[in-house]
Amino acid sequence: MNLTLKIWRQKDAKAAGAIETYQVSEISEHMSFLEMMDVLNERLITEGKDPVAFDHDCREGICGMCSMYINGEPHGPDRGVTTCQLHMRKFKDGDTIHIEPWRAQAFPIIKDLVVDRTAFDRIIQAGGYVSVNTSGNSQDANAIPIPKEDADNAFDAATCIGCGACVAACKNSSAMLFVSAKVSQLALLPQGQVERKDRVLNMVDQMDAEGFGNCSNTGACEIECPKGISLENIARMNREFISASISKG
Amino acid sequence: MSSQNKALGSSIARKFAMALSGLFLLIFLLQHLIINFTSVISADMFNAASHFMGTNALVQFALQPVLAFGVFFHLIMGMVLEMKNRSSRPIKYAYSKPEESSTWMSRNMIITGIMVMLFLGLHFYDFWLPELKTKFIDGVWNIDNRYFHELQEKFMDPVRVGIYVLAFIFLALHLMHGFQSAFQSVGFRHNKYTPIIKKVSTIYAIVVPAGFIFIAMFHFLAH
Amino acid sequence: MSTLDSKIPDGPIKDKWTNHKNHINVVNPANKRSIDIIVVGSGLAGGAAAASLAELGYNVKCFCFQDSPRRAHSIAAQGGINAAKNYQNDGDSTYRLFYDTVKGGDYRAREANVYRLAEVSANIIDQCVAQGVPFAREYGGLLDNRSFGGVLVSRTFYAKGQTGQQLLLGAYSAMSRQINKGKIKMYNRHEMLELVLVNGEARGIIARNLITGELERHPAHAVVLGTGGYGNVFYLSTNAMGSNVTAAWRAHRKGAYFANPCYTQIHPTCIPRSGDYQSKLTLMSESLRNDGRIWVPRKIEDVEAIRSKKIKPRDIKEEDRDYYLERRYPAFGNLVPRDVASRAAKERCDAGYGVNETGEAVYLDFASAIMRYGREKANTSHIENPSDEVVRALGEKVVEAKYGNLFQMYEKITDDNPYKTPMMIYPAVHYTMGGLWVDYNLMTTIPGCFAAGEANFSDHGANRLGASALMQGLADGYFVLPYTIGDFLSKDIRTGKISTDLPEFEAAEKETKARLDALINNKGTKSVDHFHKQLGKVMWDKVGMARNETGLKEAISEIRKIREEFHKDVFVPGTTNSFNPELEKATRVADFLELGELFACDALNRSESCGGHFREESQTPEGEALRDDENFAFVSAWEWTGDPGTANLHREDLAFKDIELKQRSYK
Repeated sequence: MNLTLKIWRQKDAKAAGAIETYQVSEISEHMSFLEMMDVLNERLITEGKDPVAFDHDCREGICGMCSMYINGEPHGPDRGVTTCQLHMRKFKDGDTIHIEPWRAQAFPIIKDLVVDRTAFDRIIQAGGYVSVNTSGNSQDANAIPIPKEDADNAFDAATCIGCGACVAACKNSSAMLFVSAKVSQLALLPQGQVERKDRVLNMVDQMDAEGFGNCSNTGACEIECPKGISLENIARMNREFISASISKG
Repeated sequence: MSSQNKALGSSIARKFAMALSGLFLLIFLLQHLIINFTSVISADMFNAASHFMGTNALVQFALQPVLAFGVFFHLIMGMVLEMKNRSSRPIKYAYSKPEESSTWMSRNMIITGIMVMLFLGLHFYDFWLPELKTKFIDGVWNIDNRYFHELQEKFMDPVRVGIYVLAFIFLALHLMHGFQSAFQSVGFRHNKYTPIIKKVSTIYAIVVPAGFIFIAMFHFLAH
Repeated sequence: MSTLDSKIPDGPIKDKWTNHKNHINVVNPANKRSIDIIVVGSGLAGGAAAASLAELGYNVKCFCFQDSPRRAHSIAAQGGINAAKNYQNDGDSTYRLFYDTVKGGDYRAREANVYRLAEVSANIIDQCVAQGVPFAREYGGLLDNRSFGGVLVSRTFYAKGQTGQQLLLGAYSAMSRQINKGKIKMYNRHEMLELVLVNGEARGIIARNLITGELERHPAHAVVLGTGGYGNVFYLSTNAMGSNVTAAWRAHRKGAYFANPCYTQIHPTCIPRSGDYQSKLTLMSESLRNDGRIWVPRKIEDVEAIRSKKIKPRDIKEEDRDYYLERRYPAFGNLVPRDVASRAAKERCDAGYGVNETGEAVYLDFASAIMRYGREKANTSHIENPSDEVVRALGEKVVEAKYGNLFQMYEKITDDNPYKTPMMIYPAVHYTMGGLWVDYNLMTTIPGCFAAGEANFSDHGANRLGASALMQGLADGYFVLPYTIGDFLSKDIRTGKISTDLPEFEAAEKETKARLDALINNKGTKSVDHFHKQLGKVMWDKVGMARNETGLKEAISEIRKIREEFHKDVFVPGTTNSFNPELEKATRVADFLELGELFACDALNRSESCGGHFREESQTPEGEALRDDENFAFVSAWEWTGDPGTANLHREDLAFKDIELKQRSYK
């Protein structure tokens, strides 16, 4: 199929960017979206032009690196997938595809479609862990049975890949879904109890300091999340935060 | 000092306060509707209820200031949140399809909210300012059958009734999202009860504004 | 050929590690504060090492080329992690895990290392649970296990199909804690381009800041490489696009021997290639072989009808299906080790029974598992005489609970519904057992340069068992390196800061800059990918699942040609001092082009078959891999001499004292 691409090009963090238009032809419906981008880049290179920079790595939907806002939605029109898992069969011959980077104050653009998501790392560094040393001398793994339901819910929250689609989808660029997924995971497990209060307070603090917006409960994040992280987590984080704020004074 | 040590310093605390004030206003709104509805049933009943509300010291000097504060707080906090939200995305998307993943109501609380607030201005001008004048300037406290008449008078003007109807449609849109969103913001979510809350929320968001509209139309057509 | 000193401690195998730990030197806590360690790579091995070393008190600098340490490719491991916990009471033990691993590796691994791996495996699970890793649990709240290829016990711990992700996030969280404390300085989007040696010891690296393009000098008292494997030398593999050999290869060029480069694992269950544009292959977890049955049609006319879409796979009658793994290996059936399963698939496809257009696919069928689970479920739910539809629906639910995310992934990629029609799979390059040669302490032949995880060669021999990569990465990073590195660093407590003004840093930076400039200034006509694809094709065709002397010799000369062509005609757009993904690719492919040749040389030199290395000249009459223990029971460690074609071979003889050396059989 033949497609028209409207892609955000921006030389570096400081430069002003603009949308540029490209044509690609002979795109197979079996290609992944990124393979379609490879075709475009291969052509730009042979024409001596600057290829479009975009983040990608595992290309199987788990590393969380790829991050394109395609046709008005993070990771494109399909549900439950990352950009690398989006396939061209979701498009039709002659379509125009709009491709933009994640847009958020907290995710500055590095180049073209590549953004800096280290704000997420700093939020985790603020408390998204259990403070145990990696000695291996902790108690036996089966010493504390964990109800299957709790373990499963913790797992569901833990499947977040940190891609930032929630921020990109949110009209406020809020990071609540990302932060709440980690808060939930550890709040649900017995191992996370000791630091439960400090964790949520510190992580939310860092989240606010990074410049993410507030949660308007629109639910867009949940729908656009490639891993289907539930809004339930945001409610849980709200609870955790409020109770920690009250008891910690 | 970390922000959570300051009252309302954090995004979640602000949303929590926003939700609490919203839930409070929801209760007020229901009470307001019930009293207004008496005007459809009987003029005397309406006058009695209005007189009680207008002269009872607890209502006037405890509940009313709380209500005023609630409205004011909800308004200001809404603005504060909106400003932060806007600054979180300085460059907008050139092409965006938010309707794919969220409702118009949820994305436009600020618009529906401002419309309702503008209406409140008119509402104050219509009822609250005359009330203040009657009570505090003219010093009239003891006439207990004037309310129904005043109400009827206001709803004779078709333009005003039109504005009222429009405002309540905005209120319905605001409530459609706001009611259930408030529960999420305070952290209440449950597999069994959340779907019920959402249903109640929708019913409330339709029935309450429809009730107000009905009352306005009733008096407009009845006179 | 000289022999190498692997520094295996004396004593009975079960006491070696404990004795060793008791006798090696340690650095006191105050002195650790004045010692710097560089960790390159933030996956399970690098991330775990960085966190553990920082906890001990060393100053750690950690580098990753991705935008966050959480994205290392360990994250993509699906199936699980082995540990000899014996929670299932099915007779598992440290010895059995040790035995399975050595046997699975076709007797080409170092016994002492493997035993240590089995020994610490149980600690890994304890550790990860303490960190909040949400492993799958049973209804009683205890940890669940599944079984994996090549073993007869259930010892694999898992978190649905995302075990690697959960373990990596565990290591990442441990790192994050240390970053917060200031004990780890994290360098995201930085790539190591050179190892710096001072007086013959590893004392730092040259790294490129991938955002600004700036070359940076980073000094340290020791350098740990946790940089993963080199499967991308095949262009198409299940590795991430960025996975590369550069750090290991740079160390190799500085004197670290490269061991067994030809040992490559071809994973049997990947989604088949669909076209020339394909950029990578996607793995379907081996755990699927627990319940899926692998088959091709028995009759060639059925194959043709399938390819021309005249019939559907479900139309083929049971007796017309060839469940070739069950037929050839009745004892292990669909759960034979990966190398055996891959070769069997290739054998059928080469014979013309491949079921897709390219003729390179076999079926992985869940129909019977769905019905089996469905009947079980019907029984436990007391449904009397259920219809087939009811049973199928119940069974699909059970299968969905077990493999739902994998099935969904398959459907997203192929647009086929694996609940209704069998999956199509084909082997693909997945893991490289070879890597930098390390001694028992995980130190390479360069003093002060350590290698951990897939980057080293040590534990899997010629074939890795499923769910052992995660185990090795974490074992090296959490439990081995933190001890053994102290032994080396104990001499450095008075060294003081390493200066980056040393001429060695100067020279290394200059050399690196010249290399980058040459690529940018080359102004050729073909893209980096063009050469990478060419290299990949030669590797897959001639150094892939089956190798022979003629093919390997051709491969060696062809790779040389591609390499020369590359340096003459590659076009790299942009500049060196800016964000330039094409330049990153170019530096990686340049190194792959050298490694590829060494890889083929190693495969040529090892004229036996073993594990993932199959030489057509060395097979049993039934077509199974035939080892030659007399002549090849050693590790090939290659020394750089200035050209990959003339690398010097050193051998480490492998002694098997605790396991009898015998022909592997899964029949």
